[in-house]
Amino acid sequence: MSKLFDLQVTVNGKSYQRQVEPRMLLSDFLRHELGLTGTHVGCEHGVCGACTVLFDGEPVRSCLMFAPQAHGHEIITVEGLGTIDQLHPLQEAFRDAHGLQCGFCTPGFLTSLVPFLESHPNPTEDEIREAISGNLCRCTGYVHIVEAVKLAAEKMHGGQA
Amino acid sequence: MKPPPFEYFAPASLDEALALMAEHGWDAKPLAGGQSLIPMMNFRLAQPEVLVDLNPVGELAYIRPADDGGVLIGAMTRHKVVQFDELIAERAPLVHDAMPRIATHQVRNRGTFGGSLAHADPAAELVSISLTLNARLKLQSASGERWVAAEDFFLGLFTTALEPEEILTEIHLPPMPGRSGWSLQEVARRPHDFALMGVAAVVTLDEDGRCAAASLSYLSAGDRPMKGEHASQVLLGEKPSAELFRAAAEAGASQDIEPSDDIHASAEFRRHLANVLTRRALEEAFARAAA
Repeated sequence: MSKLFDLQVTVNGKSYQRQVEPRMLLSDFLRHELGLTGTHVGCEHGVCGACTVLFDGEPVRSCLMFAPQAHGHEIITVEGLGTIDQLHPLQEAFRDAHGLQCGFCTPGFLTSLVPFLESHPNPTEDEIREAISGNLCRCTGYVHIVEAVKLAAEKMHGGQA
Repeated sequence: MKPPPFEYFAPASLDEALALMAEHGWDAKPLAGGQSLIPMMNFRLAQPEVLVDLNPVGELAYIRPADDGGVLIGAMTRHKVVQFDELIAERAPLVHDAMPRIATHQVRNRGTFGGSLAHADPAAELVSISLTLNARLKLQSASGERWVAAEDFFLGLFTTALEPEEILTEIHLPPMPGRSGWSLQEVARRPHDFALMGVAAVVTLDEDGRCAAASLSYLSAGDRPMKGEHASQVLLGEKPSAELFRAAAEAGASQDIEPSDDIHASAEFRRHLANVLTRRALEEAFARAAA
């Protein structure tokens, strides 16, 4: 085993210190070390988007980063978007518009879309489809996901640009 | 899949990174955005014993005007930054046009300009475009630096002129002369996939409206970015016309590329695409040059 790395990272507003093997993927760190299993692992080569998290506010593939690379940085996972009692408006919209079936891909869609809706308060369908093009869903055919994003934009910004 | 164990270094400066590369040489790989290297490590296609993480080296992330009117890009500049940079849009419009087609926005948030070139995937847009634009690449080691033309940098599949202890640190994109036009054309199953075939072209007109210079290169067309030399020869000194574009496209598709068969497309289909895409690229590039 290679030398352990002393990692300090902030996840969902909480600071963590752990010793990790450098080869540990950020996705595995979140799931196995911190128990934050909302971040799903699909393809592990950056194609499916299920493991997307916010890294210093920007969506990235957590399977394409090593845990030590998060040292001193801030991460938000799907668990950090809302709570069971108070869902994020985007989560509510996914539920209300049937934007998920099996739910495996959903955390990646949500984390990809939260910053998108901040920069695109009133997105067009083309913009939405571009924004979700890095996330694979094998259940929905995407139609209801697009509907959910439109609904979320209305909830969050009243549909106003 | 999980990567095999490696020793990890996070140098805070370029000097420190170069010293680590000098020490670990053949066993080390610099880690840029990691959007190609990490998947290869996850699949265990790449098994470096030492990783020198360049992400903390902030001095390698910049876009600056070059004295000759071109642009200097620090190797660790992320795709997302290049995509929305005004100087790039103005001085390197071909690069600007390519950015949204490179992978997905999540990957562009991490992937870097220098990382893409050093990875040398012949299907990558930036690899091919750097050849079209006659980019020059600065390779640094603890013992010095050298500049290499893109043409001499890409040696084969995932293979470059980088020596084991060297790091690609800067890319110089020379300016396009006046009365120049550009175009990037590609066919991909989905917009962000690697293209089945693509061509990047820059053309320049002289005062008589004849082609004074033409630079084309193809992506997904061989084991490295393929220069469209025969296509360019057809164009030089000629007035643009549909007939000329057909002849140049024919020359490019038949003589300038070495496409292979794979599960995504046959070599024959790729040659057909190269022909059609070259024609479209020349139409757009010459129209822009004349505008």
